[in-house]
Amino acid sequence: MADGIVVRDLNAWFGNAHVLHGIGVTIAPKAVTAVIGPSGCGKSTFIRCLNRMHEVVPGARVTGSVRVEGLDVYAPGIDPVQVRRKIGMVFQKPNPFPTMSVFDNVVAGLRLGGVRERSVIDEAAERALRQAALWDEVKDQLGKSGVSLSGGQQQRVCIARALAVEPEVLLMDEPCSALDPIATAKIEELILELRSTLTIVIVTHNMQQAARVSESTGFFLLGELVEFDVTRQLFTNPRDKRTEDYITGRFG
Amino acid sequence: MAVVAAVPRVEAQAAPRNLGDQVLRLVLRAAALTLVLLVLAMVVSMVRASWPAMRAFGWRFLATSTWDPVAEQFGAIPFVYGTLLSSLLALLIAVPLGIGAAIYLAELAPAWIRPPIAFLVELVAAVPSVIYGLWGIFVLAPLLRVWVQPALGKTLGFLPLFQGPPYGVGMLAAGIILAIMVVPYITAVSREVLLAVPTSQREAALALGATRWETTRIAVLRYGRSGLVGAILLGLGRALGETMAVTMVIGNRPEVAVSLFAPGYTMASVVANEFAEATSDLYLAALIEIGLLLFVVTVIVNALARLLVWSVGGPVKAVRE
Repeated sequence: MADGIVVRDLNAWFGNAHVLHGIGVTIAPKAVTAVIGPSGCGKSTFIRCLNRMHEVVPGARVTGSVRVEGLDVYAPGIDPVQVRRKIGMVFQKPNPFPTMSVFDNVVAGLRLGGVRERSVIDEAAERALRQAALWDEVKDQLGKSGVSLSGGQQQRVCIARALAVEPEVLLMDEPCSALDPIATAKIEELILELRSTLTIVIVTHNMQQAARVSESTGFFLLGELVEFDVTRQLFTNPRDKRTEDYITGRFG
Repeated sequence: MAVVAAVPRVEAQAAPRNLGDQVLRLVLRAAALTLVLLVLAMVVSMVRASWPAMRAFGWRFLATSTWDPVAEQFGAIPFVYGTLLSSLLALLIAVPLGIGAAIYLAELAPAWIRPPIAFLVELVAAVPSVIYGLWGIFVLAPLLRVWVQPALGKTLGFLPLFQGPPYGVGMLAAGIILAIMVVPYITAVSREVLLAVPTSQREAALALGATRWETTRIAVLRYGRSGLVGAILLGLGRALGETMAVTMVIGNRPEVAVSLFAPGYTMASVVANEFAEATSDLYLAALIEIGLLLFVVTVIVNALARLLVWSVGGPVKAVRE
């Protein structure tokens, strides 16, 4: 059975700065969960802890437990490389590999995983690009450099790159903050289409976006998970005063 | 009205009426022209000074390998060969070493160890070449003569490259000395290139489940490859023109020998070595023609290098950082 993501007593540090305090949350499988909060509240750090990307920053440290679809991410003996192959990630700024073609970008993860068969790779590339709603736009320019596309297309290349390895979870760290409204709308549409097939966690500083795409939302403030609830509930009837202040625009 | 008023303003930008701007423009143009004129003057004076040799030998100068000051027969081949071979040898050794060290310093080394090593590398780049030459004569050459060359001769002696008596000094010593001198440049520049690769590229690879090495390969080295080619070319430029240290260890014999154990000669060393003893006009002219040739070879190598950088192509257009 699909378990989603279970986080227990998660703490994270950058050097001596304690940036996440005892986070505990259960994220539903095959659904979209949004993470909101003001800048510096730890929301990005939180999702980077889910696929062990937090620790690539020098001096960064994590304690606590994270289970992703039954896999104990921080168990001793677990190789972060294996964790990251199961969990896709999309970043704030589109970061396709500029020296690779669109095609090579999309299949980069497969090739890292040792897939060599041409037919498998071709199929996966087309499937991922269709999933990312990009196939029709780029099918005639698969050989072009990944950075010759527009910003929104680049971001969808990155989404396709993450999807090509068929991950169970997709983490998105403010995937639209560098995009214009039209490109943003396309990505949101895409998220809604993907949600039946995989677990999505999206960090956003745009509350309307969280309301539009997610089923559940968590509100972070100063490294704490203040409130976690069904999205509509959290936005219309927040239980915590701080959540209410934030969503009504009293700070942040 | 507004449009009419705007027209003279645009013109004013093209040709400044303001006196200060005009003066500045003239001064800067003069500075740029001076550089061009200097290069032209150098070429012209070298051509003039080497004219007797050009008239006497013509293209044969480039096609013969006799260098006989007594009989006044001069050919450039041994020197061109020596310069190119010693530089190639240097790059063969220095490129893996330099880029490897740069990868370690930029990607893998513990944070506390990076600044001291990087500082040391830059320090080594500043050591005067005569010091390298002395070290080559007193340490490297005996080492090669007693240990390395006999061992190479025994194991790889079937290759013409490693045949002949072990003198110590010779092409191999020159290549190694040049490699040592060039490594700090390649390391320092490559390290800067690798550090300039945006973190977002590394994260893209890591998040796909790349290992450390795979990340370095697909995200870092590929992103920086035109810069790395540039680093290698900087090293090559230095190797081609290096004079003092090479002169001290290469053996200074104008011969084209296949064996790396044999003594050789380079364009820079023959000019430096024989300039003072060039008694006849033709001898002097031949040396200056060698100098001109070194100039031309350097220009050609740099031009090829530029082409290589273009064709390798860097990040087409950096991702909007």
